[in-house]
Amino acid sequence: MAHSEAHAHEHHAPSGLRRWLFSTNHKDIGTLYLVLSFVFALVGLAMSIAFRLELMEPGTQFIQDHHWFNVLVTAHGLIMVFFFVMPALIGGFGNWFVPLMIGAPDMAFPRMNNMSFWLTAAGGLMLVLTLFLGGAGTGWTIYPPLSSALGHPSPAVDFAIFSLHLAGAGSILGAINFIVTIFNMRAPGMTLHKMPLFVWSILVTAFLLLLALPVLAGAITMLLFDRNFGTHFFNAAGGGDPVLFQHLFWFFGHPEVYIMILPAFGIISHVVSTFSRKPIFGYLGMAYAMVAIGFIGFIVWAHHMYTVGMNVDVKAYFTAATMVIAVPTGIKIFSWIATMWGGAIRFTTPMLFAIGMIILFTIGGVTGVVLANAGMDVSLHDTYYVVAHFHYTLSMGALFGIFAGFYYWIGKMTGKPYPENLGKLHFWLTFIGVNLTFFPMHFSGLAGMPRRIPDYPDAFAGWNFISSLGALMAGVATLVFLVVLWKTFTAKERVPANPWGEGATTLEWTVPSPAPFHTFERQPRIA
Amino acid sequence: MKWRTLVAAGAAMFAAGPALAESVVPQPWQMGLQRAVTPVMERITEFHDLLLVIITLICLVVFALIGYVVVRFREDRNPVPSRRTHNTALEVIWTAIPVLILVIISIPSFKLLYYMDTIPETEFRIKAIGHQWYWSYVYPDHGNFTFDAIMKHDDELEPGEPRLLATDNYVVIPVNTKIKLQVTADDVLHSWTVPAFGVKIDAIPGRLNEVWIEARETGTFYGQCSELCGYGHGFMPIAVKVVNREEFDAWVKQAQEEFARADQAPVRMAAN
Repeated sequence: MAHSEAHAHEHHAPSGLRRWLFSTNHKDIGTLYLVLSFVFALVGLAMSIAFRLELMEPGTQFIQDHHWFNVLVTAHGLIMVFFFVMPALIGGFGNWFVPLMIGAPDMAFPRMNNMSFWLTAAGGLMLVLTLFLGGAGTGWTIYPPLSSALGHPSPAVDFAIFSLHLAGAGSILGAINFIVTIFNMRAPGMTLHKMPLFVWSILVTAFLLLLALPVLAGAITMLLFDRNFGTHFFNAAGGGDPVLFQHLFWFFGHPEVYIMILPAFGIISHVVSTFSRKPIFGYLGMAYAMVAIGFIGFIVWAHHMYTVGMNVDVKAYFTAATMVIAVPTGIKIFSWIATMWGGAIRFTTPMLFAIGMIILFTIGGVTGVVLANAGMDVSLHDTYYVVAHFHYTLSMGALFGIFAGFYYWIGKMTGKPYPENLGKLHFWLTFIGVNLTFFPMHFSGLAGMPRRIPDYPDAFAGWNFISSLGALMAGVATLVFLVVLWKTFTAKERVPANPWGEGATTLEWTVPSPAPFHTFERQPRIA
Repeated sequence: MKWRTLVAAGAAMFAAGPALAESVVPQPWQMGLQRAVTPVMERITEFHDLLLVIITLICLVVFALIGYVVVRFREDRNPVPSRRTHNTALEVIWTAIPVLILVIISIPSFKLLYYMDTIPETEFRIKAIGHQWYWSYVYPDHGNFTFDAIMKHDDELEPGEPRLLATDNYVVIPVNTKIKLQVTADDVLHSWTVPAFGVKIDAIPGRLNEVWIEARETGTFYGQCSELCGYGHGFMPIAVKVVNREEFDAWVKQAQEEFARADQAPVRMAAN
């Protein structure tokens, strides 16, 4: 009897290597993604603190070789985009909660899910290898000819390309998995227009991944051929065009920024609704705003290229198209506020991160409107103003979304409560730290400080010093977060199935905490 | 222009520090754009003043709403939440007003864009070529002489020259004269910029990009390469001296003797 029970248990929930290496369970794969992204987040953060320390004062502090400054900046960007934000939001929370929220027992293709994760992990390994092969100091945009054999003869860039190939393939497979799952495995009664907004956000994101990543894969393959097999796609001397790469890269790169922010939008919607104890305001508007953002996201790419010497009418078009994105984004911001309006708001840690995200994303949004103007952008392109802008949308938008999701769902994932006071301390330290880091960058950017320089004219010293202090503070906040993790995982208490009360209405709160290995073996019915 | 008076108060804070007649360099704790010395930059600055007011107001409105909601609808003050999830009028308003704001922005935006992008009749050309990691310049309409501009190291700086911005040779242009700058690169991408001129244009191998400059005051103006180009990216500044006509003519005469011609082989120059 005991034997057969143990056997049955093993059959349903494998352990050890079999559980983690060969996992086909959406929750385990989600956990793997979260662990991967956590490790890379720490690496990426350490890199940013390293170059903020280098930039703390004018002159060279400790990064003697400027190439390695460029390598740090490049690796920070690639890691944060491909191996922190994407795996955390899509692979991590997406895998964990899309099936739970739609009442599905798992993802549509569990084995492919496993493959997605390990391709991503292998991509991360490739990226780490570049650091031992001379380092890629090309910027995350890997523009040729700097990324060609001319600018980077070492194999580091080849490995960076392989890294993006692998992570990209993993993401494409993941995207297909999400699309198929969401379209086919929703619980009976859950029409598309009843689907939770996080699922909507992942659905839109999956389409963006599916359409954007192959273009990146093509571009970097052409670059790989240029580097190794004598083609001249991007080599002007052979009739190629370096600007072609920029068009291809940003045709991927701009949807990519929405790939990073849309799932955070989805999380914020649930957190705001839960802790206001109100259904989301303007649900359909919220869902179709994301669809609109996703669609427009594909037709604005050249606003990253206003200084390459494009035709003026083209620049005018991209200016207009880019500004249009502000409209659906505004709808989201106002709808979140309207959701809170009239609510009974509880300021738990996830809610603090959500409100913080709305505030800071607004700032990142309006500077985006400034940058959208091709004429204005001439003064700001490739300055710290741009760095400030995209960190307000990503380092505050996406990151705060990730933290909101973490605090919101960690009880569901582990069955253990997070320490509320430490969580709030973590929020306030992060909030002040990132603002201290990135707000002064608007000023240094307006004053003309270029991005990606290892030393700067002395006049920029003041704001850079403040930025570096902020980065250190964000580092301290991360230490607090490590304590939060420790306290959570060692907690003796257990959380109930739904710790948040009547505001939490989605299906994941109907299963026990921690969510059992198998859930929804019988599909729920949605009224 | 009403909005200009609106920003007057804030302008003191965001102004580019004390205005120096002789040169425009970034100032410590500067919060705004560098002082404009070309008509293009004047228009950019004017446009930015407008944008700054608009985005500040938008942020204040959003923050005020959030502040009100956070105070008024705390659980202890409003224990019973409303169930309202729709208000068509409200949703139309918060879609229409942003559209209106964008239209207000886009009109001066397009005017600026077409103004700066339409190259007027210019008196002469200068060609700038980006290299790893310095700029070289050619004056094709003044005897085609060419020279390199390499960053001065700290120990080479003369008093008053800013670190990381000064070069051994300066680009010299006459004041109040429209000139055409043609920019390209011979290895990787670079980007030629002088913030006070409102000019930033990528230097791309195989392409010749054009911009126009009309400096309205004399002085020395600086910029830094603005496209990541490798090891020395932070160390290939752009330094332009704007001088009056006589000084320019004298400099050209001297430059024609001092510098090699771009169309002649160095060997022949050496033989001379």
